[in-house]
Amino acid sequence: MSSDIQVLESAVVRFAGDSGDGMQLTGSQFTTSTALSGSDLATFPDFPAEIRAPAGTTFGVSAFQINFGAKKIKTVGDAPDVLVAMNPAALKVNLATLRPGGMIVVDTGSFTKRNLQKAGYDANPLEDGSLEHYQLVELDATKMTVEAVKDFGLGNKEALRCKNMWTLGLMLWMFSRNRAPIIDWLKAKFAKLPDIADANIAALNAGHAFGETAELHSSIKRYTIGATKQEPGIYKTVTGSESLSWGLVAGSQLANLQIVLGSYPITPASPVLHTLSKMKELGVVTFQAEDEIAAICAALGAAYGGALGITSSSGPGIALKTEALGLAISTELPLVVVNVQRGGPSTGMPTKTEQSDLYQAIYGRNGDAPLPVISTRSPADCFEVAIEACRLATKYMTPVILLSDGFIANAAEPWKLPDMDALEPFPAKFVEEIGEDGFNPYKRDEETLARNWAVPGTPGAMHRIGGIEKSYDTGHISYDPANHQKMTDTRAAKVAGIAHDIPLQDVDQGAKSGKLAVVGWGSTYGPISEAVKAARAEGKDVSHIHIRYLNPMPSNMADLLAGFDHILVPEMNTGQLKTVLRDRYLVDATPLNKVSGQPFKITEIQAAINAALGEEG
Amino acid sequence: MTEQTKLTIKDFTSDQEVRWCPGCGDYAILKCMQRTLPEMGATLENTVFVSGIGCSSRFPYYMNTYGFHTIHGRAPAIATGLKLANPDLDVWVITGDGDGLSIGGNHTMHMLRRNVDLNILLFNNKIYGLTKGQYSPTTEVGHLSPSTPFGSVDPSLNPISFALGSGARFVARTVDTAQKHMPGVFMAAKEFKGASFVEILQNCIVYNDDAWSDITEKKAAPEKQLLLEHGEKMIFGAERNKGIVFDLAEFRLKVVNIGEDGVTEDDILTHDEKNHGMARLLAELGAGDGEPVAMGVLYNSPAETSYEKAVHAQVDYLASGSKRTLKDIVYGGQTWTVE
Repeated sequence: MSSDIQVLESAVVRFAGDSGDGMQLTGSQFTTSTALSGSDLATFPDFPAEIRAPAGTTFGVSAFQINFGAKKIKTVGDAPDVLVAMNPAALKVNLATLRPGGMIVVDTGSFTKRNLQKAGYDANPLEDGSLEHYQLVELDATKMTVEAVKDFGLGNKEALRCKNMWTLGLMLWMFSRNRAPIIDWLKAKFAKLPDIADANIAALNAGHAFGETAELHSSIKRYTIGATKQEPGIYKTVTGSESLSWGLVAGSQLANLQIVLGSYPITPASPVLHTLSKMKELGVVTFQAEDEIAAICAALGAAYGGALGITSSSGPGIALKTEALGLAISTELPLVVVNVQRGGPSTGMPTKTEQSDLYQAIYGRNGDAPLPVISTRSPADCFEVAIEACRLATKYMTPVILLSDGFIANAAEPWKLPDMDALEPFPAKFVEEIGEDGFNPYKRDEETLARNWAVPGTPGAMHRIGGIEKSYDTGHISYDPANHQKMTDTRAAKVAGIAHDIPLQDVDQGAKSGKLAVVGWGSTYGPISEAVKAARAEGKDVSHIHIRYLNPMPSNMADLLAGFDHILVPEMNTGQLKTVLRDRYLVDATPLNKVSGQPFKITEIQAAINAALGEEG
Repeated sequence: MTEQTKLTIKDFTSDQEVRWCPGCGDYAILKCMQRTLPEMGATLENTVFVSGIGCSSRFPYYMNTYGFHTIHGRAPAIATGLKLANPDLDVWVITGDGDGLSIGGNHTMHMLRRNVDLNILLFNNKIYGLTKGQYSPTTEVGHLSPSTPFGSVDPSLNPISFALGSGARFVARTVDTAQKHMPGVFMAAKEFKGASFVEILQNCIVYNDDAWSDITEKKAAPEKQLLLEHGEKMIFGAERNKGIVFDLAEFRLKVVNIGEDGVTEDDILTHDEKNHGMARLLAELGAGDGEPVAMGVLYNSPAETSYEKAVHAQVDYLASGSKRTLKDIVYGGQTWTVE
């Protein structure tokens, strides 16, 4: 190794190119190598909704950002240190995110007159001096890739497809990452097409070799980033979609119930359907329904039949499921509804992240229809939260909404694998013996208020349920005014009572009372955490509270919030948690809102913290 | 196993007071079901009635079996999930022309296409009863109703053609008052392994009285109904002197008089319930002057398996071939160890 290698604490690299350039693949393979070297990391795929937008256009640009370091990494990084731009459009779209003075690696071979035009450049930015404040690394990756793979007999198009591996090879060299896991992966992926595997490996090696030789004329520097000090254990890189799906299966196993997923394809929730569909060997039943309504109805029908019903979707799909959710509340059947939120309203921005379905989750049904709502904060967190959703659904005989978002679903981070044998089982209880008084489907557990559950097939427990109001005493249809009041109150009390069956709200960082609490939920965890950490390092009296249980909230929430002079609520919506907190606890919560489809930057939250403290003077 | 005493109509009758309008055709269908289930060897605990919204959808409350009164149009989707959770249940979906063909038409179509092993009874009274008389997808053009005070202008749908077009492999039609005909249809539907679709011509005494009487009245019935039996000639009429032939030139079924113009019984078509093309033509019979409406089992052609059985067969096959656990999957792939 060269002695010129510069040691960095962390770095942010953004790979950007055409949708067809394989940038997501490049990024995820860079991630694999980085994870295996022991650095902590966070990744963020940022891709367009169009599957293959016209090549070279700005709206067809796909990007993948990774923040990795020898320290704990909680966000994908505010501004990349290095931008890899595979064409002019990728440069145009992503330049604004790059930190001042950052490095731009461009493939000059793609900066043709035609591509410049398509990207909307009047002049070539590589030549007009507009990039002089950046560290520009120009290389003809196109030409060098074609050269590297020329012995494998590929056509020009196929040869150019190896360009991403050439670029990856160079970046692996630049950050002193290991090529071996990627070579293994290529061999496995193209096991049936050895020529393609060999060509890609040759391109990868050529990119790496280019780094070695280019170093001689020092236009490119080389860096290294050490391993993070992590808790001992076995780790792997996981996306939110994967860990959430696995958590649902774990939850069904802990409940000792057959899992039946009813789902309908929708961005960005489809990977949950895909992941669970691959797990049939574990007895997982998945059903791709004709629409969102049928998806939840099938899950509910399965719950009626004694299974754990699951449905997964995103905001517009959840809207369609609303009536069936009401039926699940009325018939008090266990159901987990996963909402992987995206930009709204309506179709909104399917591939961009947002957390604007909180009102929909808590309030969005006809009638007084309460249900538990819980949220996940990160890809690794999804596993535990999914299990918790299953626990609440079965223990309390209720639908539960689990809020994730597009960022969490697609982002990846290292996950310390849980001890699977130590997970606490919560077996569902079915009515099997019928007493002399007969069977009443709405007889309740005194503590949880959950109704008893007898499934079709159970002798002697025949009963009818439905969406019409039922008598508290018999479960039969009832329009009695006092009974409706009692049933409405009981349904509310059942959900409210969950507050005593969940952990008390903790303070993630800082004191349990003080000048300012930054209160968040969901995927804003990373940037809030970093911003609070930075503020506290400057001696500021700031605490971070991150809420998992949104309905009901933990029983100590009122006292906890009352202990702070100011409450700042950063959200990727126009202030939904802020309103809920004000309503429930009569606190003067200040909103910090961002609805750009992009996660918060740490600096944005830092600025709001400073403003909140400054006002206090 | 101890010997079970034979169940009776009483066992299948719930303790709930029936709340349909006096004279409603639903009573007759309910009684027929309560009477026929014991004859079919059904058990109380394995029988489930799933319904949507509408007058007919109150049906489950009156059956002393398991029952799920769901939401408008969604019974087929809920029943599909129920069968996925427990393929052994005997599931009946109760729906109407509004519930099953309008708001829930999509689910009905896909349940039939998938061939979920359950029985769907569609009570067709050509009207929205529970919401007080608006026209439905099976109402004829020109019908006066609160929502069409000057007559409806949209053409109506034939439920049997819809079911066949959706891929149904068992399709039958009967009448609410036909207490002798209906049990046989129910039995055939239950026996069929897959989605069996039964249209029941049902009279709404309040909002669409006599909507079917030109077909169902005692006097009219022999001339207006063609009672199908597999392997039997398609002969009808009070005098049993009318029959159905295939008119190749017009590519349709045609009524002929036996003994006139040299027509003999040999010329009359024999019903083959496995013939899909014939079922398509029979479905539309009755639209022309003098044509009877086909009653009984129009089509009965079982597939090798049903949807939920295929789903579970795949799961069982993959599960039996794998020793992996969830832990293996979670701990699989590229991992690293921090000491």
